[in-house]
Amino acid sequence: MSSRIINWFKFSSPASFYPLAGKLVPIFMAAAVILIAVGLYLSFFVAPTDYKQGEGYRIIFVHVPAAWMSMFIYLVMAFWAAMGLVFNTRLSAMMAESLAPTGAMFTFLALWTGAFWGKPMWGAWWVWDARLTSELILFFLYIGYIALKGAIDDTRRGDRAGAILLLVGVVNIPIIYFSVKWWNTLHQGASIDMKTGSSMASIMLVTMLIMALGFWMYTIAVSLSRVRSIILERERDSQWVRQLPEVQG
Amino acid sequence: MFEIVRTIVIRDLTLAMRRRSDVMTTLFFFVIVVSLFPLGIGPELDTLRMIAPGVFWVAALLASMLALEKLFAADFEDGTLEQMLLAPQPVFVLVMAKVFAHWLITGVPLVLLSPLLGLQYDLAVETLGVLLLSLLLGTPTLSLIGAIGAALTLGLRGGGVLVSLLVLPLYIPVLIFGSGAVEANVSGLGETGHLLMLGAILLLALVAAPVATSAALRISAE
Repeated sequence: MSSRIINWFKFSSPASFYPLAGKLVPIFMAAAVILIAVGLYLSFFVAPTDYKQGEGYRIIFVHVPAAWMSMFIYLVMAFWAAMGLVFNTRLSAMMAESLAPTGAMFTFLALWTGAFWGKPMWGAWWVWDARLTSELILFFLYIGYIALKGAIDDTRRGDRAGAILLLVGVVNIPIIYFSVKWWNTLHQGASIDMKTGSSMASIMLVTMLIMALGFWMYTIAVSLSRVRSIILERERDSQWVRQLPEVQG
Repeated sequence: MFEIVRTIVIRDLTLAMRRRSDVMTTLFFFVIVVSLFPLGIGPELDTLRMIAPGVFWVAALLASMLALEKLFAADFEDGTLEQMLLAPQPVFVLVMAKVFAHWLITGVPLVLLSPLLGLQYDLAVETLGVLLLSLLLGTPTLSLIGAIGAALTLGLRGGGVLVSLLVLPLYIPVLIFGSGAVEANVSGLGETGHLLMLGAILLLALVAAPVATSAALRISAE
């Protein structure tokens, strides 16, 4: 029927994606545990003490990767939202929905660790600078999405309304970021610059990248296992779900 | 096409005139919120002059958000909205007309009243002009962005609270540049840059927001 050699949409059907996700979850979870364990070891015992900020700077190894993930997950959710609207695949919306709590969690973690970092470094738990403020607004956007999904009972309407909200949000993020930046800037400049290279010791950079990769694996594992639950919940009336051993037992 | 814009605007204005209390509620909400701040903070004119830009803009944000509920709700309940979506004219144009009428009803009275309230905060005459201009440029953007939220939450339980959660974060750039313009004037820096940014945001919202609103309306009315 199809002349294509690769069927790109094979795993966009919940029935074929469910077992695949089930196989992938342990792999990604194991990778996450190993990477985060190595990353934490490096950050506590190997990375040198910062000459200016002392031991307190070590929270950077959780703070920065969490902040990266919080932004990146929103982009991925917007990507799935766009896919869902364009190709009308049910799974895309489920992926977006499964990522939302993890994204909100990382945003909160970034804010929380940022407060712990700010207290010894700046002498304040919270300052109204551009990056803190836009991270807080990002947190509100996540909460808004989760609240909207929660308020709509009809899954089809919920998926598509959520997708529109995500796309509107993603268009607004740069505008919000720059308006907040011009409003006030106090934060220390970015430590990692694509053009000039890093201003940190390379061991610190490696540790941070390992932690980021670990968070990434964790995100994939958690969202896949969450999407499995969402699939089961939504497809509970279909034949293939009833034949699953875990459902029958 | 412009016929239908005129029809919708005149219809909405007539409906609002028949039910004046709705218009008045939003306006007086704005007046009360603005008047509460001196009572909470104290009557020192120096302090009041300093907080005035923020107070006016936050009050405008809240008032505009309160009014959103009425934007599509009545039309949705009596089926008018469905007929509008079925009409041969593009939904984009219908949404523009609805939002424009909504802004005339809830935004313009608030803009016109703001200089009078500004006197309570001891603002200079020139600053009052900037406040008026910034609200004039900013409130249409609030209505345009708010329409997306209103369309997404159409007919949901607890829709009013939900709208605030969805819409307020998106209002932030308008708040920053709007109150920034007034603030820049008070402190003697030029307000032109802020006003130009407000205008730019308004143009962007004019192009993008009605598209998102029409898509959201189709989903909600399905």
